[in-house]
Amino acid sequence: MAAETEDLSPHLPSYLEEDLLPAEHSDAPFEQYLAAVSPRGRTMLLPALLEAQRRYNYISSDTATQIGRSLNVPLADVTGVIEFYSMLTTEPTARSVIRVCVSPVCTMFGSHDVAKSLVHALGTTLGEPTADGEYFVEEVQCLGLCERAPAVLVGERPIGQTTPDVIAELIKRPPDPPSGLIRTGTRLLTSRLGKISPTNLDDYQNSEGLLGLKEALALSPIEVIEKIRSSGLMGRGGAAFPTGIKWESAAKASGESKYIICNADESEPGTFKDRTLMEEDPFSILEGLLIAGYAVGATIGYFYIRGEYPRAQQIVGEAIDTLRKTGLLGKGILGRDFNFDIEVRSGGGAYICGEETALFESIEGKRGFPRIKPPFPTTSGLFGMPTVINNVETFANVPLILRIGPEEYRKFGTDKSPGPRLFCISGDVFMPGLFEITEPLTLKDLIFKHAGGAKMGRKIQAVLLGGAAGKFVPPDQLDVRLTFEDTRAAGLSLGSGVVMVFDETRDLRQVLLDLGHFFAHESCGKCYPCQLGTQRQLEVLERLATGTLIPGDRERLNDVGWTMTDASLCGLGQTAALAVLSAIEHWPQMFE
Amino acid sequence: MIEADRIVRSTCPYCGVGCQVNLHVREDRIFKVDAPFDVAPNFGRLCVKGRFGVDFVHHPARLSKPLIRKDFGRTPRQPVGVEGFREATWEEALDLAAERIANIHRQHGPEAFGTFASAKVTNEDNYVFQKFVRGVLGTNNIDHCARLCHAASVTALTIAIGSSAMSNSIAEMKDLEVFIVTGSNTSETHPVISTFLREAVVHNNAKLIVVDPRKIEMTQFAEVWLRQAIGTDVAIFQAMAQVIVAEELYNQEFIDARTEGFKEYAQSILDCTPEWAETVSGVPADDIRKAARLYANAKAAAIYWGMGISQSVHGTDNALSLANLALLCGHLGRPGTGLNPLRGQNNVQGASDSGGLPHVFTAYQPVNDDEVRTRFENYWGVRLNPQPGLTVMEMVDAAARQVIHCYYIMGENPLMSEPDLKHSRHVMENMEFVLAQDIFINESSEFADIILPATSFAEKSGTFTNSDRRVQLIHPAVPAVGEARDDWSILCDLAKRVEGKLGRTTSAGFDYADPAAIWQEMAALTPAFQGIDHPRLERENGVHWPCPSPDHPGSPYLFEDTFPRGKGIFTPLVVTPGAEVPDLEYPYILSTGRVLFHWHGGTMTRRSKLDDIYPEPTVEIHPQDAVAIGLNPGDWVKVRSRRGEIKVRTLITERSPAGMVFIPFHFAEAAANELTHDQRDPKAKIPDYKMCAVQLEPA
Amino acid sequence: MPIQLTIDGKPVSIEDGASLMLAAQQAGVDTPVICYHEATTPNGLCRQCVVEVEGWRVLAPACITSAAEGMVVHTASERVTRARRTILEMLNASMDLSEAPAIQQQMDEYKADRKRFPGAHRRSQPLLDDNPFYVRDYDKCLMCWRCVQACGDDLQFTYALSTGGRGYESHIATFFDAPMTETTCVFCGNCVAVCPTNALVSKTEIFMSRGLDYDAIRREKRKQRRAEKKEFSDD
Repeated sequence: MAAETEDLSPHLPSYLEEDLLPAEHSDAPFEQYLAAVSPRGRTMLLPALLEAQRRYNYISSDTATQIGRSLNVPLADVTGVIEFYSMLTTEPTARSVIRVCVSPVCTMFGSHDVAKSLVHALGTTLGEPTADGEYFVEEVQCLGLCERAPAVLVGERPIGQTTPDVIAELIKRPPDPPSGLIRTGTRLLTSRLGKISPTNLDDYQNSEGLLGLKEALALSPIEVIEKIRSSGLMGRGGAAFPTGIKWESAAKASGESKYIICNADESEPGTFKDRTLMEEDPFSILEGLLIAGYAVGATIGYFYIRGEYPRAQQIVGEAIDTLRKTGLLGKGILGRDFNFDIEVRSGGGAYICGEETALFESIEGKRGFPRIKPPFPTTSGLFGMPTVINNVETFANVPLILRIGPEEYRKFGTDKSPGPRLFCISGDVFMPGLFEITEPLTLKDLIFKHAGGAKMGRKIQAVLLGGAAGKFVPPDQLDVRLTFEDTRAAGLSLGSGVVMVFDETRDLRQVLLDLGHFFAHESCGKCYPCQLGTQRQLEVLERLATGTLIPGDRERLNDVGWTMTDASLCGLGQTAALAVLSAIEHWPQMFE
Repeated sequence: MIEADRIVRSTCPYCGVGCQVNLHVREDRIFKVDAPFDVAPNFGRLCVKGRFGVDFVHHPARLSKPLIRKDFGRTPRQPVGVEGFREATWEEALDLAAERIANIHRQHGPEAFGTFASAKVTNEDNYVFQKFVRGVLGTNNIDHCARLCHAASVTALTIAIGSSAMSNSIAEMKDLEVFIVTGSNTSETHPVISTFLREAVVHNNAKLIVVDPRKIEMTQFAEVWLRQAIGTDVAIFQAMAQVIVAEELYNQEFIDARTEGFKEYAQSILDCTPEWAETVSGVPADDIRKAARLYANAKAAAIYWGMGISQSVHGTDNALSLANLALLCGHLGRPGTGLNPLRGQNNVQGASDSGGLPHVFTAYQPVNDDEVRTRFENYWGVRLNPQPGLTVMEMVDAAARQVIHCYYIMGENPLMSEPDLKHSRHVMENMEFVLAQDIFINESSEFADIILPATSFAEKSGTFTNSDRRVQLIHPAVPAVGEARDDWSILCDLAKRVEGKLGRTTSAGFDYADPAAIWQEMAALTPAFQGIDHPRLERENGVHWPCPSPDHPGSPYLFEDTFPRGKGIFTPLVVTPGAEVPDLEYPYILSTGRVLFHWHGGTMTRRSKLDDIYPEPTVEIHPQDAVAIGLNPGDWVKVRSRRGEIKVRTLITERSPAGMVFIPFHFAEAAANELTHDQRDPKAKIPDYKMCAVQLEPA
Repeated sequence: MPIQLTIDGKPVSIEDGASLMLAAQQAGVDTPVICYHEATTPNGLCRQCVVEVEGWRVLAPACITSAAEGMVVHTASERVTRARRTILEMLNASMDLSEAPAIQQQMDEYKADRKRFPGAHRRSQPLLDDNPFYVRDYDKCLMCWRCVQACGDDLQFTYALSTGGRGYESHIATFFDAPMTETTCVFCGNCVAVCPTNALVSKTEIFMSRGLDYDAIRREKRKQRRAEKKEFSDD
């Protein structure tokens, strides 16, 4: 764990830089790569496995042995980690892996048909490489491209709005540009989106970039924390925990080192806001990390980006490089006694790693199992040290708060939900996309006034608010204001800002089945309620979707659902049944 | 699922850890072994031998009737299997044995007997054995295999501090701060202890220093691994001491209060710099410095060692060099410190404690101490011999000189464990009378005239004393096999017969109701045992001796205030060459030892399912050497020394360094001790099993 | 300093930091457990020990939740009972619990319907017999992790086992499914000792339960093997 103890030179050692740019890895022999990372030990396990997967399209037992030996990880644990992450395989895949999204929105826009056409055109089947070893098609959970469903990831190229009949073209198509579908009034967090060259630091500085950091460095760390606290900023990852309190607690905690982590494992079906920010305005997030590092007294940051976001990884990596080259990362930042550097880590295909403690485990080179809390991350987080972990959007708010001041900031949103807020609208609306809300707004207004309402004059049947882990809102309850306090009063949660719209033509039973598949696929398997409950729930939802319910199924869903909600170890299990339970509440007859 | 008819608490019969076990019995068969999680020393942990290896108890080859050699009386005798014997009644066998013993006694006197107590049987059995030897035969020629393992440790510790046992307890291990493991492949020889040592590293962030030529498993947990050339241990530890003295890292207060000879010692190591040690041992000087600083700067640091230290021509010096280190830093007399020779056999500590040694009665009370001897004479009502007797290898010599005419071997297998077997066998062939007492016929009892069938640990009661001096009970779980009897009961019967045939008018006393009564007598004669009796052991699951009174809690660690000899003494040492160095003709160094799945002579483990996983004799060869010799993995290879030749399977591994091969000594069909030599440490009389020269040739 | 709390209406005084399980014990309430074992670090996996703490959003696993001053705890509320019963029912639909008497007893106590989930997909796996000492019958494995813990950081520090797969398909794994003889396993059997369901069972025991004498069969086989190889003295 060199990164912890190392004297932070302006540049991290070369092996780190190599790791920052997955798309441009050198093709030095793998042995050489391993020799370079081996002093850091187990924390390099997932990066090394991803690197092996990238080079060889799979991980053979010989490669796994080599990796385990050089990182001093028990071989059984290497297998455990490989099997945990869905992007790692022990059987050969192909030079180009085509991932077809089958989360609810993409499914209803026909992604299963796209997958079928793909394998047909390529003369193979799902999960089997083509004879020439060129292509490998698999169905995966949400790719975070919901605004242009149905979406596909060809190698590292994101491609949206695919149709089954243009397969040949699809394979060769250049990647989609980052989403430009941003429609709002006041633009704060999204002000630079689409307007600057994302990794051009001059562009960033010319649009008020770095002012927050400079303001912060002119203050004491305690004063910075006080600004964040008084801004009322709450975490945008779903749990809505007050950011200032989190920072304060980590700043006070004692530890040999402290860490700042940006949670960019955005995997909640229907969410794509973090990806958009990373792809279009990476500096604002990095500026947030820098400010947090200064405020908390941390010298190392990790930027954990899900494996399905290769482009975001590349852009963030480039941005970090630029900051390093200009001395904004490293030692003595802006002439102050402030050292900080950031390392990008890629996820390996596991929704659970968005859970903060599971993410720590992942960085530590273990299976992404959530930990028991307490202890909480602020006192015992990554490597057992005080850690601040925030969502991408949360970090993006930080420079804004420092730049305009907490009072100005609080003018946006409501008193109890201050600041701007991003929403991801997908499904059956006229204009799906990313929306920045700076004034209190009802769900109905967001859908109808901003996203153009349902298509072709159809009626809205239901809205899934908060993502797969959220709840259904029936059409007669759309008047709820999109604030923390209003949604909570209505028994809802904003979650990560997902608004998934289903019109009257959709079969909600299919949507529920997709959700069931999602949770069964993503349950880590640690605690029994979720490990068993997601499977038992899926089995009933399969009967629901095929019209083969048996007596007692609604009770079964209730018992399983409430057991998961009440007794699961982490947030995943505790929310894995919310959508189903809300559907039972609103549409009981569907389950008869 | 099998419901047990009964679950019987006992003590594992294999190594010196003394794991507490529960024997699950159904229809008089042990079908499962597990361990209580809340009881010391193992707290639920077991190794493969303890958990799966007690099936030897039910092996069909178990001796069930007394056996008398068919060609009884003919010499030189040949080794024979069971077919060379005829079954006899106890009456006939014991009477015949007593007759022969009495005859030899009349003819040649007490010194004609060489007797082997046993590190496998109970304290009570051993006590009665030595009582028979001393009180009836009138000799102190009694020894056991401890001579072949930790004699050098015992000698060294006696010199340095006046005691010979492990100073600290197993229970302290998980809380260690710094510790040295040297000459001990702990994870294979003391598997459960190794788990506590690893626990200290993993959970307590303890720093482990391994000093060993072989890349043993413990090196994976080591902070520093000093891979010395075989036989250069003294150089390493002297150099560590030199660093500690030169950098003034020693514990002045301790040295002043508790030791003598520091100045002379400090003077003697002036030139033993790490650089010097590097040229001798090949270990980088900086690593030696690092180890020295770790050990010296720790608040508490312990040393653990095994056969790699003691089974050497300079074994005593090896152990003394460790004692010097501990005295320098004052790492003695507190928890987490100590000088800890890890004992091999389940009751090797106990066999010594209960008088199975040629110079001492129970608890190391010297036979030539008049006060002590008088106490025993008064209690037993017989006159006792004040002359210390012969050690194991001296008995072999005496037999070769035809001074010893009769061997009585109880539960040992000298013809697997002694070095230079060809010689030992020759001695056995010409012995006038050999009496063996065991649970199986082994390589030694194949030479016996009479074999008396004994019960195994699972069939009797009594106590074993483990490596950390913890006296623990065993209980009968299954009935005796056939007519097999407990060792103590056989001994009592035989003793009375011999007394009768010798015309003794008073008996030394061989009428015991049970092992508990034997313990009572032993405790009465032994101040250090007086606080221990069977009911207390039952209540407390074991007690660490010394324990002088019933209200004394026992002694998990020793020497808090003083050493048995008063002050600890430093011993200046010089590095001496190895026993037999390789040359052009015999270019490889052979080291012998154990593997996880087998036990010593293999008498038990090779009659267990343990043999299925490690069925063949092997030799560990470095890849470079394998290429040079032209060996592939699994090839049969002939290993030859100046004394003998065996054929074993090639195991290619980097565990042993190039130029050194390692052969486990468990396999009768390829006994490693055919190759070893009988060069002994001058002080401890222990043979060197760790270094002899061999040549290898594809078979 | 001891703290005061209430469990099922009874006042309890206990050392600060003690688990709710201990506190419940003091109140005379037995807490049902599946994954918990005295020798392994509690991971709070099975959630069978959950209790309801007033004011808490979710139920608390009693094995790893520290008692706190003034807590009001219910160990038999409707939520608690539903969770415990449902966990048992879901487990029973997933694997073979026939040799787990403690869990069978819990099913009786919580009136678990042993056929609650008809048509449920069971995690069946072939019995693995790859060493002379024990078999691994993972049909009976309920993923308590104790064997992994016993092999790793709790007892043996040998690390031959890990958890593999994910979610419902989680399983106990060796490196690339290698047989135990090709792993770092030292056959200490500490894993067997902590297995609650007989998924890990000594061969002597499993043979005996089928009316066979493993030791005799083994010896016979070995004799044959040796006769074929002619390399061993007979025994």
